[in-house]
Amino acid sequence: MFLNHIAVILGEGSGRGFSFPPINTILRWRDVVPGINKVVIIAILSAVIGTALFLVAAMKDARKAPKGSRNLAEIIVEFIEKNIIMETMGKDGMGWTPFLLTMFVFIYLCNLPGIIPFIQMPATARMGVPAFMALLVWVVFNATGIKHQGLFGYFKNVLFPPGVPKALYILVTPIELISTLVVRPFSLAVRLFANMLAGHLLLVIFALLTQALIQAQTQKFFLMPIGVLPFALLIFLTGFEILVAFLQAYIFTVLTAVYIGGATHPEH
Amino acid sequence: MEALTRIAHASIRVAADLTPAEAKANAAAQMAGLAYGLAAIGPGIGIGMIFGKAIEAMARQPESAGMVRTTMFLGVAFTEALALIGFVAFILLKFA
Repeated sequence: MFLNHIAVILGEGSGRGFSFPPINTILRWRDVVPGINKVVIIAILSAVIGTALFLVAAMKDARKAPKGSRNLAEIIVEFIEKNIIMETMGKDGMGWTPFLLTMFVFIYLCNLPGIIPFIQMPATARMGVPAFMALLVWVVFNATGIKHQGLFGYFKNVLFPPGVPKALYILVTPIELISTLVVRPFSLAVRLFANMLAGHLLLVIFALLTQALIQAQTQKFFLMPIGVLPFALLIFLTGFEILVAFLQAYIFTVLTAVYIGGATHPEH
Repeated sequence: MEALTRIAHASIRVAADLTPAEAKANAAAQMAGLAYGLAAIGPGIGIGMIFGKAIEAMARQPESAGMVRTTMFLGVAFTEALALIGFVAFILLKFA
């Protein structure tokens, strides 16, 4: 008896029941204007909103006690300076605050639409945005290293780290070459992309499961209370995604700071 | 008993019924699950160790908690990357 119902839920070749849609219906959006779809709009909007927030905050009188948008902007700047730059680069890394701040705010605002109702698509869940950010970081930290240590000195420090026995360079040099120049940007991009995509897919799965159980065409009355369980998990995961959105933006920025700091001051 | 056979038919169809493309898709789907499962073992152990050691360090020296936390997230980020590459392999196997 009960097994019969499970067979019905599983779909059994009819159009009813739970089936996961093909991935393109979840991730690929129709173009609104040629070349501009939902993901592009979200990315542009987050850039505009982030810029607008800091422009509005900067135009306020600096001598009065901060409130409103200026308060928020000061909290974010302080967070970047205290928790990211001071912990990774030290005091002489303060010049990097604008770059890291822009990066953090942009990634966070791109991640956040993943949980905003009716938008629910993180722009970073498509590879384009993370890949471009990682390439940017790759160019910036290599250029910083070349600027501070010279072309020869930088690659000497990267490929032949000091303090390693001469014979080991056969082993160490290829590893360092790959890990610094290939794995770093690759893992930066994939980390952000895969985290946001996994979160997005989780939300989709539990939303579909809720709908399949509550609106089952079989109308078995005992399926509806069970549908509350995936819905509760959906709410919990939405809260969890806020944390993930912040954590990924934070980790991306910290790693950028570490790479830039390592390129500025080589280990002796 | 009849119900059980229906479930079996709904989830895995008899091998003789499958076209080569379907058989390939089936194998890819099963291997995708296996790939992600295997990729999650190592990073799971690693992240557990990192957090455990970080908590130990913070309990011993609460004044160094800020530095330990930043370093901990760094370590977690590097370890987690392996699991995430496994997840990407899963997506590629399953959907591409």
